[in-house]
Amino acid sequence: MIRAVIIALGFVAAWYALVAATGVPHYILPGPARVAVAFADNAGFIAENAAITFLEIVLGMFVGLLAGLSCALALAMSRLLRVWMLPLIVASQAIPVFAIAPLLVLWLGYGIASKIAAAALIIFFPVASAFYDGLARTNAGFLDLARTMGARKPLILLRLRFPTALPALASGVRVAAAIAPIGAVIGEWVGASAGLGFVMLQSNAQMRVDLVFAALIVLAAFALIFYAAIDRLMTALVPWDPKRIDR
Amino acid sequence: MRNPLSLHLRSARLVYDGVPLFENLDAEFAAGRFTCLLGPSGVGKSTLLRAFAGLAEVGPGAVSPELPRVAWMAQDDLLCPWLDALGNVTLGASLRGEKADLAKARDLLAQVGLADRAGAAPHELSGGQRQRVALARTLYEDQDVVLMDEPFAGLDAPTRWRLQELAATLLAGRTVLLVTHDPREALRLGHDIRVLAGRPVKLGPVLSPQGATPRALDDVSLLAMETKLIGEIADGAA
Ligand SMILES: Nc1ncnc2c1ncn2[C@@H]1O[C@H](COP(=O)(O)OP(=O)(O)O)[C@@H](O)[C@H]1O
Ligand SMILES: [Mg+2]
Repeated sequence: MIRAVIIALGFVAAWYALVAATGVPHYILPGPARVAVAFADNAGFIAENAAITFLEIVLGMFVGLLAGLSCALALAMSRLLRVWMLPLIVASQAIPVFAIAPLLVLWLGYGIASKIAAAALIIFFPVASAFYDGLARTNAGFLDLARTMGARKPLILLRLRFPTALPALASGVRVAAAIAPIGAVIGEWVGASAGLGFVMLQSNAQMRVDLVFAALIVLAAFALIFYAAIDRLMTALVPWDPKRIDR
Repeated sequence: MRNPLSLHLRSARLVYDGVPLFENLDAEFAAGRFTCLLGPSGVGKSTLLRAFAGLAEVGPGAVSPELPRVAWMAQDDLLCPWLDALGNVTLGASLRGEKADLAKARDLLAQVGLADRAGAAPHELSGGQRQRVALARTLYEDQDVVLMDEPFAGLDAPTRWRLQELAATLLAGRTVLLVTHDPREALRLGHDIRVLAGRPVKLGPVLSPQGATPRALDDVSLLAMETKLIGEIADGAA
């Protein structure tokens, strides 16, 4: 926490020094003071739009996690699905979310649904692939042991393969937490009437670069806090994860 | 009462890396007896246990009886890291969807000397403690056929001595195959002792030391047998 404050202060100082030293005009790169004023003057407006973006991120995360988890489970359970769906899912990753975001807006409208979809889409693959990998890599010894115990198949999945996949899943969820904000903002950029992405786009068009920065800082701060919270949660969920040992 | 089963291999065949490990292998292990398997490392002891556990494919009908359930203790402790010691002991029950007998599990943990560690996660236990949890899990399964792969390797001498006694007592009357690389352990626990040697592997004659198990090992004749066994294992390794 102290480290985070020091880093933030250092960043602001460097930013201030850069603006003062180069003397760039404020409509190219505003200094910290100007951004702070813009933030204070528009606090209500920014907060309103930030709330919408946060909602998109959280709901997108939820939907994407749910879809990724179910897809990985289905793939792990059915060979037929693996053979036919796995190549399709991998191939679908060749299409950048940026490219289909306009379609999402066309289909789901200018509201938050298309942004939730964009965030969900962008995290779907990391979650599904991490969890599927985890499920597929259950220690063969555990499965042997289960067999000699006369275990039931659904219980092997639930009580053996699922928990062994949790560390891998936790990594996937961490990655998802880091990129979900990108998905939501992409969704806002291609067409929105609210949200931080919308504020940035609109302020940019009006040459209000200070407001762009204010929105950007709020977005970055939220993304960092969101990631840190998810990271904590995952660590608590998987206390035996070997990753903890080298902390 | 228990209904002990004898274990048979008939014309078992298994090829690893192009070189047969089992070739026309016949073997019988007597019902209700404790058989210790000795042999150099890599000879096929673990694989023999896996064949009886239904985990190694050695040819149709080669293993009899084909049991749906056995108590198998692998060389690895195979403890689930997300379960505490108690949860690991009752893993079988939870994977079968049965209600776990916690009193029995606690009693077994106490018998292996871990009464106060029932709530400990595997990563909080030492290697020897983990092995004892695995032993308790094996005993919890309460099967007529018990297959144990070097269960006491890596334990300190007093603990090993005590657990050997425990195993001999609790597993009396069952058909037990126990793999060990320690001739003394075989002499202490085995009603029968078999030495494995060669590739493809062959089993030596049945050696049945005198006296009730667990033997105290203070008999001179046992010492002579130990020397002989060490010689046989060394020959097999050569
Ligand atoms: N899954 C496997 N694939 C290839 N070779 C194997 C496999 N399992 C065992 N082996 C080989 O079979 C031989 C016997 O192994 P194992 O039964 O584990 O020996 P032991 O328990 O007597 O030390 C070894 O040479 C080992 O390398
Ligand atoms: Mg072995």
